[in-house]
Amino acid sequence: MGTHIVILGSGTAGTMTANRLRRAYDESELRITVVDQDDSHVYQPGLLFVPFGLAQQHALVRSRPHQLHDGIDYRRARIDRVDLDARTVYFAVGGWVAYDVLVVATGARLLPEETEGLTGPGWGESVFTFYDLPGAVGLHEALERFEGGRVVVDVADMPVKCPVAPLEFAFLADWYFQRRGIRDRVELTYATPLDGAFTKPVAARTLGGLLKRKGVELVTEFTLGEVDGKGGRLVSYDEREVGFDLAVVVPLHGGAEYVERSPGLGDELGFVPVDPHTLQLPDHPEVFAIGDAAGLSASKAGSVAHFEGEVLVRNIGRFLAGEPLDGSFDGHANCFVETGFHKALLIDFNYDTEPLPGHFPGPVGLPLMKESHAAHLGKLAFEWLYWHSLLPGREMPGIGSAMPERGKIHFPASSENFPA
Amino acid sequence: MPTATYDGTAVPVDDEGFFTEPERWTEAMGEQIAKECGIDTLTDRHWTVIRFMREQYAAKGTGPTVRVLGKTSGVSVKELYQLFPKGPAKTAAKIAGIPKPRGCI
Repeated sequence: MGTHIVILGSGTAGTMTANRLRRAYDESELRITVVDQDDSHVYQPGLLFVPFGLAQQHALVRSRPHQLHDGIDYRRARIDRVDLDARTVYFAVGGWVAYDVLVVATGARLLPEETEGLTGPGWGESVFTFYDLPGAVGLHEALERFEGGRVVVDVADMPVKCPVAPLEFAFLADWYFQRRGIRDRVELTYATPLDGAFTKPVAARTLGGLLKRKGVELVTEFTLGEVDGKGGRLVSYDEREVGFDLAVVVPLHGGAEYVERSPGLGDELGFVPVDPHTLQLPDHPEVFAIGDAAGLSASKAGSVAHFEGEVLVRNIGRFLAGEPLDGSFDGHANCFVETGFHKALLIDFNYDTEPLPGHFPGPVGLPLMKESHAAHLGKLAFEWLYWHSLLPGREMPGIGSAMPERGKIHFPASSENFPA
Repeated sequence: MPTATYDGTAVPVDDEGFFTEPERWTEAMGEQIAKECGIDTLTDRHWTVIRFMREQYAAKGTGPTVRVLGKTSGVSVKELYQLFPKGPAKTAAKIAGIPKPRGCI
Protein backbone atom coordinates (compact mmCIF):
# COMPACT_ATOMS: atom_id res chain seq x y z
CA MET A 1 0.00 0.00 0.00
CA GLY A 2 2.89 2.35 0.66
CA THR A 3 2.87 5.43 2.82
CA HIS A 4 -0.21 7.62 3.24
CA ILE A 5 0.23 11.40 3.40
CA VAL A 6 -2.79 13.44 4.41
CA ILE A 7 -2.76 17.15 3.60
CA LEU A 8 -5.32 19.29 5.40
CA GLY A 9 -6.28 22.29 3.32
CA SER A 10 -6.27 22.83 -0.41
CA GLY A 11 -5.30 26.48 -0.66
CA THR A 12 -1.99 27.78 -1.94
CA ALA A 13 0.22 25.78 0.42
CA GLY A 14 -1.74 22.51 0.47
CA THR A 15 -2.31 22.33 -3.29
CA MET A 16 1.29 23.12 -4.07
CA THR A 17 2.57 20.56 -1.55
CA ALA A 18 0.28 17.81 -2.86
CA ASN A 19 1.32 18.45 -6.45
CA ARG A 20 5.03 18.63 -5.62
CA LEU A 21 4.80 15.35 -3.72
CA ARG A 22 2.85 13.70 -6.53
CA ARG A 23 5.54 14.74 -9.01
CA ALA A 24 8.29 13.44 -6.72
CA TYR A 25 6.85 10.02 -5.79
CA ASP A 26 5.24 7.15 -7.61
CA GLU A 27 1.67 6.27 -6.66
CA SER A 28 2.80 2.82 -5.54
CA GLU A 29 5.10 4.27 -2.88
CA LEU A 30 2.98 7.20 -1.73
CA ARG A 31 -0.76 7.72 -1.42
CA ILE A 32 -1.83 11.37 -1.09
CA THR A 33 -5.17 12.57 0.28
CA VAL A 34 -6.12 16.25 0.36
CA VAL A 35 -8.98 17.43 2.57
CA ASP A 36 -10.86 20.73 2.34
CA GLN A 37 -14.28 21.88 3.45
CA ASP A 38 -15.32 23.53 0.17
CA ASP A 39 -14.48 23.43 -3.51
CA SER A 40 -13.63 27.10 -4.08
CA HIS A 41 -10.00 28.02 -4.42
CA VAL A 42 -9.76 31.81 -4.23
CA TYR A 43 -6.79 33.66 -5.72
CA GLN A 44 -6.32 35.73 -2.58
CA PRO A 45 -3.85 38.29 -3.97
CA GLY A 46 -6.71 39.38 -6.25
CA LEU A 47 -8.97 40.38 -3.34
CA LEU A 48 -7.13 43.70 -3.02
CA PHE A 49 -8.26 44.74 -6.51
CA VAL A 50 -11.95 43.86 -6.22
CA PRO A 51 -13.01 46.93 -4.17
CA PHE A 52 -11.56 49.22 -6.85
CA GLY A 53 -13.20 47.41 -9.74
CA LEU A 54 -9.79 46.23 -10.97
CA ALA A 55 -10.70 42.53 -10.60
CA GLN A 56 -13.97 40.65 -10.93
CA GLN A 57 -14.93 38.15 -8.29
CA HIS A 58 -15.73 35.26 -10.66
CA ALA A 59 -12.26 35.52 -12.23
CA LEU A 60 -10.60 34.85 -8.87
CA VAL A 61 -12.29 31.54 -8.03
CA ARG A 62 -11.51 28.10 -9.43
CA SER A 63 -12.28 24.55 -8.40
CA ARG A 64 -10.00 23.15 -5.68
CA PRO A 65 -9.85 19.55 -6.96
CA HIS A 66 -9.14 20.76 -10.50
CA GLN A 67 -5.85 22.26 -9.28
CA LEU A 68 -4.67 18.84 -8.08
CA HIS A 69 -2.71 16.43 -10.27
CA ASP A 70 -4.08 13.00 -11.14
CA GLY A 71 -3.37 10.41 -8.49
CA ILE A 72 -4.31 12.67 -5.57
CA ASP A 73 -7.48 11.83 -3.63
CA TYR A 74 -9.60 14.86 -2.85
CA ARG A 75 -11.94 14.61 0.09
CA ARG A 76 -14.46 17.37 0.68
CA ALA A 77 -15.24 17.37 4.40
CA ARG A 78 -15.17 19.57 7.46
CA ILE A 79 -12.51 18.48 9.91
CA ASP A 80 -13.61 17.83 13.46
CA ARG A 81 -10.22 17.17 15.01
CA VAL A 82 -6.86 15.51 14.68
CA ASP A 83 -5.83 12.81 17.16
CA LEU A 84 -2.05 13.10 17.11
CA ASP A 85 -1.45 9.92 19.11
CA ALA A 86 -3.74 7.82 16.93
CA ARG A 87 -2.48 9.56 13.77
CA THR A 88 -6.06 10.01 12.65
CA VAL A 89 -8.12 12.88 11.28
CA TYR A 90 -11.80 12.81 12.24
CA PHE A 91 -14.44 14.46 10.07
CA ALA A 92 -17.38 16.53 11.36
CA VAL A 93 -19.99 14.40 9.62
CA GLY A 94 -18.41 11.16 10.84
CA GLY A 95 -15.71 9.03 9.31
CA TRP A 96 -11.98 9.36 9.61
CA VAL A 97 -8.72 8.96 7.78
CA ALA A 98 -5.44 7.65 9.20
CA TYR A 99 -2.08 9.04 8.13
CA ASP A 100 1.61 8.22 8.22
CA VAL A 101 2.51 11.85 7.58
CA LEU A 102 0.23 14.84 8.20
CA VAL A 103 0.65 18.25 6.58
CA VAL A 104 -1.41 21.05 8.10
CA ALA A 105 -2.13 23.67 5.46
CA THR A 106 -5.51 25.03 6.52
CA GLY A 107 -4.37 28.64 6.53
CA ALA A 108 -5.65 31.44 8.71
CA ARG A 109 -9.24 32.26 9.61
CA LEU A 110 -10.73 35.76 9.94
CA LEU A 111 -12.17 36.45 13.39
CA PRO A 112 -14.16 39.70 13.05
CA GLU A 113 -16.50 38.64 15.87
CA GLU A 114 -13.59 38.76 18.35
CA THR A 115 -13.43 42.55 18.15
CA GLU A 116 -16.17 44.36 20.06
CA GLY A 117 -18.70 45.94 17.71
CA LEU A 118 -16.92 45.01 14.49
CA THR A 119 -19.76 42.82 13.23
CA GLY A 120 -22.38 45.04 14.91
CA PRO A 121 -24.21 48.05 13.45
CA GLY A 122 -22.59 49.30 10.27
CA TRP A 123 -20.97 45.96 9.33
CA GLY A 124 -21.43 45.60 5.60
CA GLU A 125 -22.68 49.21 5.35
CA SER A 126 -19.93 51.52 6.56
CA VAL A 127 -17.56 48.91 8.01
CA PHE A 128 -15.95 46.33 5.71
CA THR A 129 -13.07 44.00 5.23
CA PHE A 130 -11.59 43.12 1.85
CA TYR A 131 -9.96 39.97 3.23
CA ASP A 132 -12.72 37.70 1.95
CA LEU A 133 -14.64 37.72 -1.30
CA PRO A 134 -18.08 38.83 -0.01
CA GLY A 135 -16.41 41.64 1.93
CA ALA A 136 -14.37 42.79 -1.06
CA VAL A 137 -17.47 42.80 -3.28
CA GLY A 138 -19.51 44.71 -0.68
CA LEU A 139 -16.73 47.23 -0.28
CA HIS A 140 -16.63 47.77 -4.04
CA GLU A 141 -20.30 48.75 -3.98
CA ALA A 142 -19.74 51.04 -0.98
CA LEU A 143 -16.78 52.75 -2.66
CA GLU A 144 -18.80 53.33 -5.82
CA ARG A 145 -21.43 55.11 -3.72
CA PHE A 146 -18.87 57.07 -1.70
CA GLU A 147 -18.84 60.79 -2.46
CA GLY A 148 -16.45 62.06 0.19
CA GLY A 149 -15.59 61.88 3.88
CA ARG A 150 -13.20 60.01 6.15
CA VAL A 151 -11.88 56.64 5.04
CA VAL A 152 -9.81 54.69 7.52
CA VAL A 153 -7.84 51.54 6.80
CA ASP A 154 -7.19 49.68 10.05
CA VAL A 155 -5.30 46.53 10.98
CA ALA A 156 -6.93 45.20 14.18
CA ASP A 157 -3.85 43.36 15.45
CA MET A 158 -1.10 41.08 14.19
CA PRO A 159 -0.66 38.51 12.81
CA VAL A 160 -2.56 39.08 9.56
CA LYS A 161 -2.24 37.55 6.12
CA CYS A 162 -0.16 39.57 3.70
CA PRO A 163 0.82 42.44 6.02
CA VAL A 164 1.46 44.73 3.05
CA ALA A 165 -2.09 44.37 1.65
CA PRO A 166 -3.65 47.02 3.94
CA LEU A 167 -0.93 49.48 2.89
CA GLU A 168 -1.59 48.63 -0.74
CA PHE A 169 -5.28 49.27 -0.10
CA ALA A 170 -4.44 52.78 1.17
CA PHE A 171 -2.22 53.49 -1.86
CA LEU A 172 -4.85 52.23 -4.29
CA ALA A 173 -7.61 54.17 -2.49
CA ASP A 174 -5.65 57.39 -3.04
CA TRP A 175 -5.37 56.55 -6.75
CA TYR A 176 -9.03 55.47 -6.98
CA PHE A 177 -10.34 58.74 -5.49
CA GLN A 178 -8.00 60.76 -7.73
CA ARG A 179 -9.34 58.93 -10.78
CA ARG A 180 -12.87 59.74 -9.67
CA GLY A 181 -11.87 63.37 -9.17
CA ILE A 182 -12.95 63.48 -5.51
CA ARG A 183 -9.60 62.98 -3.77
CA ASP A 184 -9.82 66.49 -2.22
CA ARG A 185 -13.07 65.47 -0.53
CA VAL A 186 -11.59 62.33 1.04
CA GLU A 187 -9.49 62.13 4.20
CA LEU A 188 -7.45 58.95 4.20
CA THR A 189 -6.06 57.46 7.42
CA TYR A 190 -3.99 54.32 7.99
CA ALA A 191 -4.16 52.93 11.53
CA THR A 192 -1.85 50.12 12.60
CA PRO A 193 -0.90 48.33 15.85
CA LEU A 194 2.76 48.56 14.75
CA ASP A 195 5.02 51.46 15.69
CA GLY A 196 5.47 52.36 12.02
CA ALA A 197 4.03 51.63 8.58
CA PHE A 198 5.75 48.22 8.60
CA THR A 199 7.52 45.94 11.06
CA LYS A 200 11.06 46.47 9.86
CA PRO A 201 12.81 49.87 10.08
CA VAL A 202 14.00 50.41 6.49
CA ALA A 203 10.71 49.28 4.92
CA ALA A 204 8.76 51.23 7.56
CA ARG A 205 10.57 54.38 6.46
CA THR A 206 10.04 53.79 2.74
CA LEU A 207 6.39 52.77 3.05
CA GLY A 208 5.70 55.46 5.66
CA GLY A 209 7.23 58.00 3.25
CA LEU A 210 4.91 56.76 0.50
CA LEU A 211 1.85 57.16 2.75
CA LYS A 212 2.93 60.71 3.50
CA ARG A 213 3.50 61.55 -0.15
CA LYS A 214 0.04 60.26 -0.97
CA GLY A 215 -1.54 62.32 1.79
CA VAL A 216 -2.49 59.37 3.99
CA GLU A 217 -2.33 60.07 7.71
CA LEU A 218 -0.49 57.38 9.67
CA VAL A 219 -1.73 56.44 13.16
CA THR A 220 0.62 54.02 14.93
CA GLU A 221 0.40 51.72 17.97
CA PHE A 222 -3.36 51.66 17.50
CA THR A 223 -4.63 48.26 18.65
CA LEU A 224 -8.30 48.05 17.80
CA GLY A 225 -10.46 47.60 20.91
CA GLU A 226 -13.89 48.55 19.68
CA VAL A 227 -15.78 49.55 16.55
CA ASP A 228 -18.63 51.98 17.02
CA GLY A 229 -20.43 51.66 13.71
CA LYS A 230 -23.27 54.01 14.62
CA GLY A 231 -20.99 56.75 15.91
CA GLY A 232 -18.41 56.17 13.15
CA ARG A 233 -15.49 55.66 15.53
CA LEU A 234 -12.69 53.15 15.88
CA VAL A 235 -11.51 53.06 19.48
CA SER A 236 -8.14 51.62 20.48
CA TYR A 237 -7.54 49.72 23.71
CA ASP A 238 -5.68 52.74 25.06
CA GLU A 239 -8.81 54.80 24.31
CA ARG A 240 -7.71 56.82 21.33
CA GLU A 241 -10.29 57.37 18.60
CA VAL A 242 -10.24 57.54 14.82
CA GLY A 243 -13.45 58.80 13.23
CA PHE A 244 -14.71 57.39 9.95
CA ASP A 245 -17.44 57.48 7.35
CA LEU A 246 -16.07 54.31 5.79
CA ALA A 247 -13.88 51.85 7.72
CA VAL A 248 -11.85 49.12 6.05
CA VAL A 249 -10.78 46.78 8.83
CA VAL A 250 -8.44 43.81 8.65
CA PRO A 251 -9.90 41.62 11.42
CA LEU A 252 -8.02 39.46 13.89
CA HIS A 253 -6.71 36.19 12.47
CA GLY A 254 -6.52 32.75 14.02
CA GLY A 255 -5.86 29.22 12.81
CA ALA A 256 -8.56 26.82 11.62
CA GLU A 257 -11.17 25.89 14.23
CA TYR A 258 -10.34 22.17 14.34
CA VAL A 259 -6.79 23.02 15.41
CA GLU A 260 -8.15 24.26 18.73
CA ARG A 261 -10.09 20.99 19.13
CA SER A 262 -6.93 18.94 18.54
CA PRO A 263 -4.83 18.68 21.72
CA GLY A 264 -1.14 19.31 21.12
CA LEU A 265 -1.55 20.63 17.59
CA GLY A 266 -1.91 24.41 17.92
CA ASP A 267 -0.67 27.42 19.86
CA GLU A 268 -2.82 30.02 21.66
CA LEU A 269 -4.08 31.45 18.38
CA GLY A 270 -4.65 28.10 16.65
CA PHE A 271 -1.49 28.17 14.54
CA VAL A 272 0.79 25.13 14.48
CA PRO A 273 4.10 25.82 16.26
CA VAL A 274 6.44 23.93 13.95
CA ASP A 275 10.21 24.31 13.87
CA PRO A 276 10.96 27.54 11.96
CA HIS A 277 13.64 25.92 9.80
CA THR A 278 12.39 22.34 9.23
CA LEU A 279 8.58 22.96 9.51
CA GLN A 280 8.23 19.82 11.65
CA LEU A 281 6.16 19.68 14.85
CA PRO A 282 8.69 19.08 17.66
CA ASP A 283 6.81 16.38 19.61
CA HIS A 284 5.29 14.70 16.57
CA PRO A 285 7.92 14.23 13.86
CA GLU A 286 5.33 12.92 11.37
CA VAL A 287 3.43 16.23 11.50
CA PHE A 288 4.40 19.27 9.43
CA ALA A 289 2.74 22.64 8.80
CA ILE A 290 3.11 25.03 5.90
CA GLY A 291 1.81 28.43 4.87
CA ASP A 292 -0.48 30.63 6.95
CA ALA A 293 -1.36 27.70 9.24
CA ALA A 294 2.18 27.57 10.60
CA GLY A 295 2.90 29.57 13.75
CA LEU A 296 6.14 31.13 12.55
CA SER A 297 7.54 34.62 12.74
CA ALA A 298 7.49 34.70 8.94
CA SER A 299 4.89 36.64 6.94
CA LYS A 300 1.63 34.89 6.21
CA ALA A 301 1.94 35.13 2.44
CA GLY A 302 1.81 32.93 -0.63
CA SER A 303 5.45 33.57 -1.43
CA VAL A 304 6.43 32.24 2.00
CA ALA A 305 4.37 29.09 1.40
CA HIS A 306 6.09 28.70 -1.95
CA PHE A 307 9.57 28.97 -0.44
CA GLU A 308 8.59 26.68 2.45
CA GLY A 309 7.28 24.11 -0.01
CA GLU A 310 10.69 23.24 -1.36
CA VAL A 311 12.07 22.54 2.13
CA LEU A 312 8.89 20.76 3.25
CA VAL A 313 8.82 18.26 0.39
CA ARG A 314 12.50 17.50 0.89
CA ASN A 315 11.93 17.02 4.62
CA ILE A 316 8.99 14.69 4.17
CA GLY A 317 11.26 12.56 1.98
CA ARG A 318 14.04 12.61 4.55
CA PHE A 319 11.62 11.81 7.37
CA LEU A 320 10.29 8.80 5.46
CA ALA A 321 13.84 7.64 4.72
CA GLY A 322 14.83 8.06 8.37
CA GLU A 323 17.40 10.73 7.52
CA PRO A 324 18.08 13.99 9.39
CA LEU A 325 15.92 16.89 8.20
CA ASP A 326 17.02 19.88 6.18
CA GLY A 327 16.86 22.95 8.38
CA SER A 328 17.32 25.47 5.66
CA PHE A 329 14.05 27.39 5.57
CA ASP A 330 15.12 30.97 6.26
CA GLY A 331 11.77 32.77 6.51
CA HIS A 332 12.09 34.09 2.97
CA ALA A 333 9.23 36.35 1.83
CA ASN A 334 8.88 38.26 -1.41
CA CYS A 335 6.04 40.74 -1.88
CA PHE A 336 4.95 43.00 -4.69
CA VAL A 337 3.49 46.09 -3.04
CA GLU A 338 1.02 47.73 -5.42
CA THR A 339 1.32 51.51 -5.05
CA GLY A 340 -1.20 52.75 -7.64
CA PHE A 341 -0.72 54.58 -10.95
CA HIS A 342 0.45 51.30 -12.59
CA LYS A 343 3.40 51.04 -10.26
CA ALA A 344 4.52 48.62 -7.60
CA LEU A 345 7.45 48.14 -5.28
CA LEU A 346 9.11 44.82 -4.52
CA ILE A 347 10.33 43.80 -1.09
CA ASP A 348 12.36 40.68 -0.28
CA PHE A 349 13.37 39.59 3.22
CA ASN A 350 13.72 36.70 5.67
CA TYR A 351 13.93 35.92 9.41
CA ASP A 352 17.26 37.73 9.77
CA THR A 353 17.50 40.25 6.95
CA GLU A 354 14.98 43.08 6.79
CA PRO A 355 13.72 44.32 3.40
CA LEU A 356 16.61 46.20 1.78
CA PRO A 357 17.05 48.21 -1.41
CA GLY A 358 18.96 46.85 -4.41
CA HIS A 359 17.81 44.42 -7.09
CA PHE A 360 16.10 41.00 -7.14
CA PRO A 361 17.05 38.20 -7.58
CA GLY A 362 20.57 39.46 -8.45
CA PRO A 363 22.35 42.70 -9.36
CA VAL A 364 20.46 42.66 -12.66
CA GLY A 365 16.80 42.29 -11.87
CA LEU A 366 13.74 44.07 -10.57
CA PRO A 367 14.47 47.07 -8.35
CA LEU A 368 13.81 46.49 -4.64
CA MET A 369 12.07 48.96 -2.34
CA LYS A 370 11.55 51.39 -5.18
CA GLU A 371 8.40 52.02 -7.22
CA SER A 372 8.57 50.83 -10.80
CA HIS A 373 6.25 49.94 -13.65
CA ALA A 374 8.18 46.67 -14.06
CA ALA A 375 7.21 45.54 -10.56
CA HIS A 376 3.56 46.31 -11.31
CA LEU A 377 3.78 44.15 -14.43
CA GLY A 378 5.41 41.48 -12.25
CA LYS A 379 2.46 41.58 -9.90
CA LEU A 380 -0.01 41.21 -12.76
CA ALA A 381 1.99 38.39 -14.37
CA PHE A 382 2.03 36.57 -11.07
CA GLU A 383 -1.65 35.65 -11.37
CA TRP A 384 -0.93 33.46 -14.40
CA LEU A 385 2.15 31.97 -12.75
CA TYR A 386 0.08 31.21 -9.66
CA TRP A 387 -2.37 28.92 -11.47
CA HIS A 388 0.03 27.49 -14.04
CA SER A 389 3.37 27.22 -12.29
CA LEU A 390 3.14 27.71 -8.53
CA LEU A 391 0.09 25.55 -7.74
CA PRO A 392 1.09 22.72 -10.10
CA GLY A 393 4.34 22.56 -8.16
CA ARG A 394 6.71 23.59 -10.93
CA GLU A 395 9.87 25.46 -10.03
CA MET A 396 10.04 29.16 -10.80
CA PRO A 397 13.17 29.65 -12.92
CA GLY A 398 15.84 31.64 -11.09
CA ILE A 399 13.81 31.89 -7.86
CA GLY A 400 14.89 29.46 -5.15
CA SER A 401 13.80 28.96 -1.57
CA ALA A 402 16.66 30.77 0.16
CA MET A 403 16.63 34.56 0.13
CA PRO A 404 19.19 35.85 -2.43
CA GLU A 405 21.84 38.12 -0.94
CA ARG A 406 23.35 39.16 -4.26
CA GLY A 407 21.93 42.49 -5.40
CA LYS A 408 21.03 43.74 -1.92
CA ILE A 409 22.50 46.93 -0.53
CA HIS A 410 23.29 46.74 3.17
CA PHE A 411 23.79 49.87 5.20
CA PRO A 412 23.56 50.80 8.87
CA ALA A 413 19.97 50.88 10.09
CA SER A 414 20.50 54.42 11.40
CA SER A 415 21.79 55.75 8.04
CA GLU A 416 20.39 59.17 7.30
CA ASN A 417 21.38 58.96 3.64
CA PHE A 418 18.67 56.58 2.65
CA PRO A 419 15.87 58.43 0.88
CA ALA A 420 12.66 57.86 2.77
CA MET B 1 25.78 47.97 24.16
CA PRO B 2 24.23 50.55 26.54
CA THR B 3 23.75 49.79 30.21
CA ALA B 4 21.23 51.00 32.73
CA THR B 5 21.57 51.04 36.49
CA TYR B 6 18.78 49.62 38.59
CA ASP B 7 18.94 48.85 42.28
CA GLY B 8 22.59 49.91 42.29
CA THR B 9 23.61 47.41 39.60
CA ALA B 10 24.57 48.18 36.01
CA VAL B 11 22.81 45.86 33.54
CA PRO B 12 23.10 45.65 29.75
CA VAL B 13 20.01 46.85 27.85
CA ASP B 14 19.16 47.46 24.20
CA ASP B 15 18.64 50.87 22.58
CA GLU B 16 15.06 51.01 23.82
CA GLY B 17 15.93 49.96 27.37
CA PHE B 18 14.91 46.29 27.24
CA PHE B 19 17.06 43.84 29.19
CA THR B 20 19.30 41.66 27.04
CA GLU B 21 20.22 39.38 29.95
CA PRO B 22 16.97 38.52 31.78
CA GLU B 23 18.81 36.53 34.47
CA ARG B 24 20.26 39.80 35.82
CA TRP B 25 16.79 41.08 36.71
CA THR B 26 15.40 41.32 40.26
CA GLU B 27 11.94 42.28 41.48
CA ALA B 28 13.37 45.46 42.99
CA MET B 29 14.68 46.41 39.55
CA GLY B 30 11.20 45.73 38.15
CA GLU B 31 9.70 48.26 40.55
CA GLN B 32 12.21 50.91 39.49
CA ILE B 33 11.63 50.29 35.79
CA ALA B 34 7.87 50.50 36.39
CA LYS B 35 8.30 53.96 37.92
CA GLU B 36 10.29 55.05 34.83
CA CYS B 37 7.37 53.79 32.73
CA GLY B 38 4.95 55.89 34.73
CA ILE B 39 3.56 53.10 36.93
CA ASP B 40 4.13 54.16 40.53
CA THR B 41 2.83 51.08 42.29
CA LEU B 42 2.86 47.55 41.02
CA THR B 43 -0.28 45.72 42.18
CA ASP B 44 -0.80 41.96 42.39
CA ARG B 45 -2.43 42.13 38.96
CA HIS B 46 0.68 43.79 37.52
CA TRP B 47 2.85 41.07 39.09
CA THR B 48 0.61 38.35 37.63
CA VAL B 49 1.36 39.71 34.19
CA ILE B 50 5.06 40.35 34.86
CA ARG B 51 5.64 36.81 36.15
CA PHE B 52 3.67 35.40 33.25
CA MET B 53 5.89 37.33 30.83
CA ARG B 54 9.03 35.89 32.41
CA GLU B 55 7.64 32.33 32.35
CA GLN B 56 6.66 32.68 28.71
CA TYR B 57 10.07 34.08 27.84
CA ALA B 58 11.79 31.19 29.62
CA ALA B 59 9.60 28.66 27.80
CA LYS B 60 9.48 30.19 24.33
CA GLY B 61 12.39 32.60 23.97
CA THR B 62 10.15 35.59 23.34
CA GLY B 63 7.55 37.52 25.31
CA PRO B 64 3.91 37.09 24.25
CA THR B 65 1.94 39.65 22.25
CA VAL B 66 -1.03 41.50 23.80
CA ARG B 67 -3.47 39.15 22.10
CA VAL B 68 -1.76 36.05 23.42
CA LEU B 69 -1.47 37.66 26.87
CA GLY B 70 -5.21 38.36 26.80
CA LYS B 71 -5.94 34.74 25.90
CA THR B 72 -3.52 33.03 28.29
CA SER B 73 -2.50 35.20 31.24
CA GLY B 74 -5.91 35.31 32.92
CA VAL B 75 -5.96 39.11 32.45
CA SER B 76 -8.19 40.45 29.66
CA VAL B 77 -6.79 42.76 26.97
CA LYS B 78 -8.93 45.58 28.33
CA GLU B 79 -7.51 45.18 31.84
CA LEU B 80 -4.00 44.78 30.44
CA TYR B 81 -4.31 48.25 28.95
CA GLN B 82 -5.61 49.60 32.26
CA LEU B 83 -2.58 48.12 34.04
CA PHE B 84 -0.04 49.11 31.39
CA PRO B 85 -1.62 52.01 29.51
CA LYS B 86 1.29 52.63 27.14
CA GLY B 87 1.15 49.19 25.53
CA PRO B 88 0.99 46.09 27.73
CA ALA B 89 3.27 43.71 25.81
CA LYS B 90 6.14 46.16 25.55
CA THR B 91 5.80 47.82 28.94
CA ALA B 92 5.35 44.56 30.81
CA ALA B 93 8.33 43.05 28.97
CA LYS B 94 10.47 46.02 29.94
CA ILE B 95 9.43 45.83 33.60
CA ALA B 96 9.84 42.04 33.57
CA GLY B 97 13.43 42.39 32.37
CA ILE B 98 13.05 40.38 29.17
CA PRO B 99 13.98 41.39 25.61
CA LYS B 100 11.49 43.28 23.45
CA PRO B 101 8.82 40.83 22.21
CA ARG B 102 9.53 39.92 18.60
CA GLY B 103 5.90 40.17 17.59
CA CYS B 104 4.87 39.24 14.10
CA ILE B 105 5.91 40.27 10.65
